[in-house]
Amino acid sequence: MPQTQDKAEAAGNRPPLRILSLYHRDMNIYGDSGNILSVIRRAELYGFRPLVRYYDPGDAWPEGIDMILGGGGQDHGQERIIDDLHKRSRLLRDLADQDVPMLMICGLYQLFGHYFETSEHERLEGVGILDAHTVAQPDRMIGNLVEQAQDFGRVVGYENHSGLTYLGKGTQPLGTVAEDGRGNNGKDHTEGARWKKIIGTYMHGSLLPKNPAITDFLIKGAAERRYGKGTLAQMQAAMDQKSRSELERLDSLADQASRIAASRPR
Amino acid sequence: MRSTASKTQPADQPGRSSRRWRSLLALLVGKAVRLVSRLSHHGGSALPGKVVERIDPGFLARTLSELPRGVVLVSGTNGKTTTTRMVASMLESLGLKVFTNPTGSNFTRGVVSALVSALGLSGRLHADIAVLELDEAYAVHFVRQVKPRYALLLNVMRDQLDRFGEIDTTARLLGQVAQATTGTVVLNREDPRIARLAAQTPAQTGVAYFGLSDDLLTYFPTDDDMHASDRESDGAGADNVSRSFRPGHRLPAEATLERVMEHRAAFRLDGRLLETDLRLEGVYNFYNAAAALALVRVVLEDMEPDDAALMDALSKVTPAFGRGEVITYQGAPVELVLVKNPMGFRLALSSFNPVGQDTMIGIRDEYADGRDMSWLWDVDFTSLRDTGVAMVSGTRAYDMALRLAYDQVPTEAIETDLDRALTAFLKAHPGRPKRIYCTYTSMLRLRSALGRITSVDDAGVGA
Repeated sequence: MPQTQDKAEAAGNRPPLRILSLYHRDMNIYGDSGNILSVIRRAELYGFRPLVRYYDPGDAWPEGIDMILGGGGQDHGQERIIDDLHKRSRLLRDLADQDVPMLMICGLYQLFGHYFETSEHERLEGVGILDAHTVAQPDRMIGNLVEQAQDFGRVVGYENHSGLTYLGKGTQPLGTVAEDGRGNNGKDHTEGARWKKIIGTYMHGSLLPKNPAITDFLIKGAAERRYGKGTLAQMQAAMDQKSRSELERLDSLADQASRIAASRPR
Repeated sequence: MRSTASKTQPADQPGRSSRRWRSLLALLVGKAVRLVSRLSHHGGSALPGKVVERIDPGFLARTLSELPRGVVLVSGTNGKTTTTRMVASMLESLGLKVFTNPTGSNFTRGVVSALVSALGLSGRLHADIAVLELDEAYAVHFVRQVKPRYALLLNVMRDQLDRFGEIDTTARLLGQVAQATTGTVVLNREDPRIARLAAQTPAQTGVAYFGLSDDLLTYFPTDDDMHASDRESDGAGADNVSRSFRPGHRLPAEATLERVMEHRAAFRLDGRLLETDLRLEGVYNFYNAAAALALVRVVLEDMEPDDAALMDALSKVTPAFGRGEVITYQGAPVELVLVKNPMGFRLALSSFNPVGQDTMIGIRDEYADGRDMSWLWDVDFTSLRDTGVAMVSGTRAYDMALRLAYDQVPTEAIETDLDRALTAFLKAHPGRPKRIYCTYTSMLRLRSALGRITSVDDAGVGA
């Protein structure tokens, strides 16, 4: 990675952050685009120049990606991307090893594990970045969801999935849920998965706008990997008053929206 | 127009009398329940239906099977209510006696309840045809009991995924409706998932289409286009509109929407271009009008209504409750626009100019609204950036306010309580036109609140 040149760039006005929306066409069902919006807006307010690239099956892989966001999809969406995903899995694993932050929701969370077992007991190979596997079940887990995450506090969202995900020893859950019948598999009270800078989760909602601590975690990881440790803190310290108060407003609205979301029936 | 009630009634047979007593009992009990629930103001439109279904499970199928022109079933994600109303209103204008289910009761039990109140004690429905709006899942439940003669299938959009799980699942539900239809299925040729259902209709069932002119295609993105077009805003280029996959666009259509104007539209029927005024609001309702036209032409094939009569019937259709409905408050129009999914909200925002108006948005998350707020993130609100939004309300007001903030749309006030929000919103700029985008249960609340205020007004004038 040509760090010196990037450092020079960072010294300039608005250092770029390159964000990739993975399989944007087929895997961004139901509000997952809110996650992109949250990253873009907050990065802008911190003073970065976020550049979003959309990747679909067969496209050339863009160079210099700093963060990858992926969402959920229909069954047919998964069918359309699976071959390409297998072709890209080594590349994705390399980027994961290099600490590129990634957020994978629902369908791509499942496919970032070792495998997905369909209702016909067929095994769909995953990327294997997360030590987890998923087994289809007939009933969907659907509803508002609140979890406690060690690094992010209360996380609120909405789950809607039929796969049961089981974590291996190599991953930590993103958070814990208080009751049976929700989260990764409805039994062990875990939700989502973490490994290095990667977060997998079933949380729609969209996840990031109401849980900005996770957005900041992704931005921080991307910025520090590209521009060096402490980059986000420096950028935050240098924010102008207008950006500062806009960020405060977003945080306050997110907080109120989250409180209400957490109080709603499932 | 001639009456078409010609089918002979089946003769009474011995052994049928106990069933007749049972059905009369069911009907009487149903009517009594309806009376009680109305008197006690428990709204519960489904309760009489529930009771009748218990006592007389064959009630629905038997009553509807007596209709000489059978049953029309209208389903799809967006536009069911308005389209059902258009079809019913047009068929009535053209001389048929129509039974239809009232707004919002788009589930089987709601239909039974509506039948209970419409039936005389003879247990006979005095109508030529039934035009019924049914939610996708209930439509499947319904066709297991009653085979519709006609089905009008509008579209499949990402809506209430929390209920049906996936958009393809929803399409499969409508496929079961197509399979059960005995006469003709009328399909939206521009929606790939709907056009594809032609393959699922039985061999003896006819298929007809409604559609759009080439020029209007971009106004009505399919569900897939809508998501592909998100990226255009990035400026990254790639004109994704051309990627639009519409395999059915060249199919011959019974009616197409050709041109949209201010409260006026042009349609093409068999190559003839026809224009009419419309009382409906929003371009998406103009497309629903093409759907209704196609269906009405199919139903009345034997009567061969002329173009002028069809256009006249269409021009008389008024908006369904809450679908672009305008209520006047202290001389200013207050327009209620129902929004319940990303596509509907996007189309509404592109249909109505916010300039010169105060805008309010009411978002709740009851079951009928959809519990999941994710859909708000699939709507682009930047068209409201210049005018801003005067009031955001409903249980999920803060989700909406957060969404607007991310699109950098200024919001003047946030008040989760709808009644208080409405009062403040109306008071702010007296006489200025107002528009309220609201989810289903928000609309019910706002409408009854407005009803209270405007009726107070009327009483003042009247006294």
